[in-house]
Amino acid sequence: MSQKITISPEAFEYMEKVIGTDGVEVRVNLPKEIIEQINEICDSFDNDPGELINVLHEAQNRFGYLPAEVQDVVAHNLHIPVAQVYGVVTFYSYFSMIPKGEHPISICVGTACYVRGAERVLEEFTKELGIKVGETTPDGRFSINCLRCVGACGLAPVVLVGDKVYGRVSPDGVKEIIAEYKKSDGGSC
Amino acid sequence: MIELTIDKKKVRVEKGTTILKAARQAGVEIPTLCHYELCDLGIENKPGGCRICVVEVEGRRNLAPSCITEAQDGMVIHTHSMRVLNARKTVLKLIISDHPFDCLVCAKSGHCELQNLAVQFGIRSQPYVGEQSKYRKDTSPSIIRDVDKCIMCRRCEMMCNEVQTVGALAAVNRGFMSVVAPAFEMNLVDSPCTYCGQCVSACPTGALTEKDHTNEIIRALSNPSKTVIVQTAPAVRAALGEEFGMPAGTLVTGKMVSALRELGFDYVFDTDFSADLTIMEEGTELLQRVKGYLEGDPNVRLPILTSCCPGWVNFFEHNYPDLLDVPSTAKSPQQMFGAIAKTYFADKIGVKRSDLIVVSVMPCLGKKYECQRDEFKVGGNPDVDYSISTRELAAFIKQANIDFLELPDGDFDDPLGESTGAAVIFGNTGGVIEAACRTAYELYTGKKLEKVDFNELRGLEGIRSATVNFNGVELNIGIAHGLGNARKLLDEVREGKSKFHAIEVMACPGGCIGGGGQPFNHGDSGVLEKRAAALYTADQRKAIRKSHENPSIIKLYEEFLGKPGSELAHKLLHTEYFPKSNEVTIHLQG
Amino acid sequence: MSHYKMHLLVCAGTGCHSSESDLVYEMLHDEVERKGLSDDVQVIRTGCFGFCEKGPIVKVLPDNTFYTEVKPDDAREIIDEHVIKGRKVERLLYLDPETDEHVLDSKHMGFYKKQLRVALRNCGTIDPENIDESIARDAYMALGKVITEMTPQETIDLIKRSGLRGRGGAGFPTGLKWEITSKNQSDQKYVVCNADEGDPGAFMDRSILEGDPHSVLEAMAICGYCIGATEGLIYIRAEYPLAIRRLRIAISQAQSYGLLGENIFGSDFSFNIKLRYGAGAFVCGEETALIHSMEGRRGEPSNKPPFPAEKGYLGKPTCVNNVETFANIPVIVQKGAEWFASIGTEKSKGTKVFALAGKINNVGLIEVPMGITLREIIYEIGGGVKGGKKFKAVQTGGPSGGCLTEKHLDTPIDYESLMAAGSMMGSGGMIVLDEDDCMVSVAKFYLGFIVEESCGRCAPCRIGSKRLHETLNRITEGKGEQEDIEILKNLGTVMKDTALCGLGQTAPNPVLSTLDNFMEEYLEHVNEKKCRSGQCRDLLYYVISEEECTGCMACTRVCPTHAISGERRQPHVINQEVCIKCGACMEKCQFDAISLQKDYPREVQLTTNNELV
Ligand SMILES: Cc1cc2nc3c(=O)[nH]c(=O)nc-3n(C[C@H](O)[C@H](O)[C@H](O)COP(=O)(O)O)c2cc1C
Ligand code: SF4
Ligand code: SF4
Ligand code: SF4
Ligand code: SF4
Ligand code: SF4
Ligand code: SF4
Ligand code: SF4
Ligand code: SF4
Ligand code: FES
Ligand code: FES
Ligand code: FES
Repeated sequence: MSQKITISPEAFEYMEKVIGTDGVEVRVNLPKEIIEQINEICDSFDNDPGELINVLHEAQNRFGYLPAEVQDVVAHNLHIPVAQVYGVVTFYSYFSMIPKGEHPISICVGTACYVRGAERVLEEFTKELGIKVGETTPDGRFSINCLRCVGACGLAPVVLVGDKVYGRVSPDGVKEIIAEYKKSDGGSC
Repeated sequence: MIELTIDKKKVRVEKGTTILKAARQAGVEIPTLCHYELCDLGIENKPGGCRICVVEVEGRRNLAPSCITEAQDGMVIHTHSMRVLNARKTVLKLIISDHPFDCLVCAKSGHCELQNLAVQFGIRSQPYVGEQSKYRKDTSPSIIRDVDKCIMCRRCEMMCNEVQTVGALAAVNRGFMSVVAPAFEMNLVDSPCTYCGQCVSACPTGALTEKDHTNEIIRALSNPSKTVIVQTAPAVRAALGEEFGMPAGTLVTGKMVSALRELGFDYVFDTDFSADLTIMEEGTELLQRVKGYLEGDPNVRLPILTSCCPGWVNFFEHNYPDLLDVPSTAKSPQQMFGAIAKTYFADKIGVKRSDLIVVSVMPCLGKKYECQRDEFKVGGNPDVDYSISTRELAAFIKQANIDFLELPDGDFDDPLGESTGAAVIFGNTGGVIEAACRTAYELYTGKKLEKVDFNELRGLEGIRSATVNFNGVELNIGIAHGLGNARKLLDEVREGKSKFHAIEVMACPGGCIGGGGQPFNHGDSGVLEKRAAALYTADQRKAIRKSHENPSIIKLYEEFLGKPGSELAHKLLHTEYFPKSNEVTIHLQG
Repeated sequence: MSHYKMHLLVCAGTGCHSSESDLVYEMLHDEVERKGLSDDVQVIRTGCFGFCEKGPIVKVLPDNTFYTEVKPDDAREIIDEHVIKGRKVERLLYLDPETDEHVLDSKHMGFYKKQLRVALRNCGTIDPENIDESIARDAYMALGKVITEMTPQETIDLIKRSGLRGRGGAGFPTGLKWEITSKNQSDQKYVVCNADEGDPGAFMDRSILEGDPHSVLEAMAICGYCIGATEGLIYIRAEYPLAIRRLRIAISQAQSYGLLGENIFGSDFSFNIKLRYGAGAFVCGEETALIHSMEGRRGEPSNKPPFPAEKGYLGKPTCVNNVETFANIPVIVQKGAEWFASIGTEKSKGTKVFALAGKINNVGLIEVPMGITLREIIYEIGGGVKGGKKFKAVQTGGPSGGCLTEKHLDTPIDYESLMAAGSMMGSGGMIVLDEDDCMVSVAKFYLGFIVEESCGRCAPCRIGSKRLHETLNRITEGKGEQEDIEILKNLGTVMKDTALCGLGQTAPNPVLSTLDNFMEEYLEHVNEKKCRSGQCRDLLYYVISEEECTGCMACTRVCPTHAISGERRQPHVINQEVCIKCGACMEKCQFDAISLQKDYPREVQLTTNNELV
């Protein structure tokens, strides 16, 4: 298997020395502000290793994803091996080490949506955008993810773009949905 | 006490006993795979993951994993009904279906628990074809991870996290993709791994193996321009015989020496020699520090920590960079040997440093890394060229068609082959400090030590402490084996709460007898006990049992080093430590 | 709710929320203000009415008018016509598909007639973000009664007598679970609400939390009182932002009213509730996995025993119950065990909430008394199969459950009957399938889910589910062989027997139950390489219609494998053994003579006795 390691975006290209509470020195490629933000998050959970998942949620909310360096600082603050943090991050599908697209597309493949043709809709999205599930387009505009039931089964098949819900999506309607966002981006720049 | 029926046999066991243990008590063997236990050391791995050990319990809906299911009063258990046998066989075939068919070229072949089960179950076909998990191979100076062969028994994870508290490995990913790996699935070299090798010694398959150096040694041995000498660590002689079918605890020193000679080594020496040397240096340092401390010198830090175990050295370099001045500066016996061999001995036999190849046979995988450390090289040439493990030596002997069992007993060569009883117990937890006490006592008090055996320092308890009376001065001694235990003592030192004057630490449970390069114990702590007993016997059989009485050592100081702690001794026999921050170094792979 | 003359209830459940019910609410609200009706008419956002298919829903009280598919633009008309003039807006009323008539109020809708709302009693009637409304509907009365008038054991006995069983899937008697936890001595114990709801296609728990969060909080406090715990934790999926928000609001409101916190009702009982978030792992619904996840670890299950009641969160006795289980508690306390026990069947008491979805007219959330038949649910409440298609099966219990067929339609629904029929109650997903659904594909869908969600701890599930999925995949691709059926059966049985947790133990159910009920479909796929529903794309064939084909031979020239034969001006045929399904011929044919078909004309082989083989 090839390694899935995220290259930090430019903003993270710093070297910072941190001395942890245990006197151990860690060096991470993160700017000070980001380290401080992570520390703040960890502090708000009393640096309790039992709160790891909540900490990761917060960090992902803040940064959009969980690059290796962020996990490292978290591990350090909560006094757990970074391997374990990585083990947790890779266990839960909600956590991602890949930045999501500007317009994250989530296709519901819950049972209700599946029996009403979600698979074909998903196929159409991957075909149209040329990426696989879990990937982001090279221009960073779109990413595709799968969800299991958003609780709007009455509208199956359901697709989410960001927070916006599209119901009764047919494979033919996919182009239109994508166009909506392509256009809106084009207009702004 | 409760009573239950296993395969029509009634058996009475303590409440809380697992079905597996109850069955063993009733003389019924149940196959296991993920389960791993070193009872006397409090080490256990019971993830209940492989499901090979399932049995049928009457009245229960599904099969019960015997390794984690407690026996209940009145249970009626069948361990080999058709239902059980089919389930076990199916599960084993499933495991095999996600496993490369590499037995012919696998380092673990012949010792592999998975292979053994396939033989035992008579697997002849593999109907479940499908995708196999594929991972990158990872080679470190000591360990090779070939996790295509990983069966997720989680033994390594338990060893690294719970026993060693290193946390280099963890289960990552989920489901079919799950595997045990370092953070970000990077290489072991970029992790906080100490190379203690405990994960390797617990791994049932070929997923974790040592980095084999036998071929380099064969090449050196067949090069006529090289003089190749070998040193053997104390713990090797107590375990090597197991690889040839001898019972655990058989001392095979003489046969081992003969085998090495047959393999073509020009000189067969003993690391025990340099273990005595270590005591001279470390013991002197101990005395100096204790004296300084008693005299109220504010610059003296106590406790002093032993430093002969590379796993332990790596551990404190990673985790206690603030305490680097606490351990003794004495090199490990392996490195002291190399340093003396490539100076004193090379001069003696008139061989250039570059033409002398020093090989070590160690119970240890950390030594492979240790001998590659830059500070142990002179102009790029290492003091010790190659380190192989007990298991590699055994394989080497077999490869060379040497009938080990029929070999006559040989003797080590001079001068680096002479040693005392103090040196041979280095292989046991507590042995180094006991050896140091024997010498330090006599040097400090100037009196003869009547009772050479310090029984209070022996045993398998994880953390032990004892007070040794040095003629009125009470020395508090601490001993830890297993890095998790060491961590506890080190945390006390960091907090300034340690009551000890000296602490011995060995990374491996049991000390080097339980090293990562030793023959596999397959979860039998009795093996470790027998090896330990063998080393104490070896000590007792020795005419000289105190390091400072070793005539070759005395001569070495007279001819070459001067005094313990002399300037030359410092140059050759002492080292320094470097902080290793737990930095996430991200090496992108193609 | 007292002084208003009229209430407009706007559904703010997830389904309606997604179709802009928020805007509908705002428009109605503005309109009421503009017309100066604020003193008489109250507009409320509520939880799900269950009838999500036709959302957004607006219900008018007191006359129970039920408006469906309301657009923001409709607000003015509703106010002007209905509120002011008292004339119902006919075009927005629910249209009965059978009679084709507008139904005047919800009481006359087939969807609601057979329902009995106990757990969902407040969903769709109160504003879940306003504790006063809950209190007006007796929230926390049960807690008060229990704390001030009853001992823990009396309360436990009451729950035991009610016959309430866990709604999370396994159906363990709730009172008994509480009793066991209460008897385990410890300095600290925990109440955990399992709101992980990972079943894909089910949203019962979420609707309760979104529509009536206080019922769950109250029940957790009652549980805490009974078992001797002062701390409660709700483990909720991070994918439920609305439910999380409403829970947070509810907790803080309850705290400020002194209904949670220290010395509740002036007693010496204190109880606090915290939220813990899941992070996208179905297996974390399993209680031991859930506990590990709450401790910040990988959500891998561990062997039971020890059960959480003995050794749970942080090693302390922990009572884990499902959201719906909890939602039943306050009513039981208030109306009595006997009332509750009078509903349902002998062994399954009370009601059950189901998420009815799939090929059915009325998709939505329903609550029915135990013992109701599948037929009543599908045809009366659900309004029958969508598009007049033929009913094929209903899948209950999600990935752990199985498929029930025509012959099970009159089975009364309870834990035991469903189990006996080869399915499960599960958490309450109910997916209706019609003739267009391929049962092998349905089994494959669930196994695909399991492969993604298996935690990987134990070998039978980690590798077994993968192999099951691969085998099903082979079958749907037309590469299946007879022995694959045996593989499915044996692997399925062994997984049930050996997997560590409920996920792996029940994972083969969708396969085993479809094998049981639809063996002929499997055999068709395997032997005839045919999928009768046409869902398996690899089992579709390019077929030339004898009538349409002009014999122009254009297709023969493009076929890369020379699969097409026929004389000029004669109908052509495709040799299916040779065809690689590239589609070139279909594109080329100008006469639309080539189409994709579920089957192709097969040569009928006759034996010497002239009997069909
Ligand atoms: C794979 C798996 C998933 C489960 N998912 C849920 C779930 O989403 N919600 C739930 O309440 N119970 C779930 N359960 C059942 C729980 O383990 C547990 O039995 C239940 O929460 C107990 O509550 P109850 O007694 O009120 O039903 C699941 C069980 C398994 C094996
Ligand atoms: S690990 Fe064992 S079973 Fe696997 S290839 Fe090596 S010897 Fe064979
Ligand atoms: S055992 Fe069989 S497969 Fe293995 S080497 Fe011998 S002949 Fe070949
Ligand atoms: S060698 Fe020791 S430290 Fe390194 S991974 Fe193995 S157990 Fe952990
Ligand atoms: S690497 Fe070895 S010890 Fe570790 S989980 Fe895999 S098979 Fe087990
Ligand atoms: S205890 Fe011995 S075998 Fe283990 S790492 Fe240390 S020196 Fe090596
Ligand atoms: S059955 Fe599946 S989910 Fe459950 S423990 Fe085993 S691998 Fe994990
Ligand atoms: S689908 Fe392709 S291969 Fe098949 S008959 Fe048509 S052209 Fe030939
Ligand atoms: S192209 Fe169409 S009409 Fe012409 S031969 Fe082929 S199938 Fe017949
Ligand atoms: S299954 Fe897609 S919304 Fe429920
Ligand atoms: S040995 Fe019991 S489950 Fe692996
Ligand atoms: S969400 Fe509005 S009726 Fe279900």
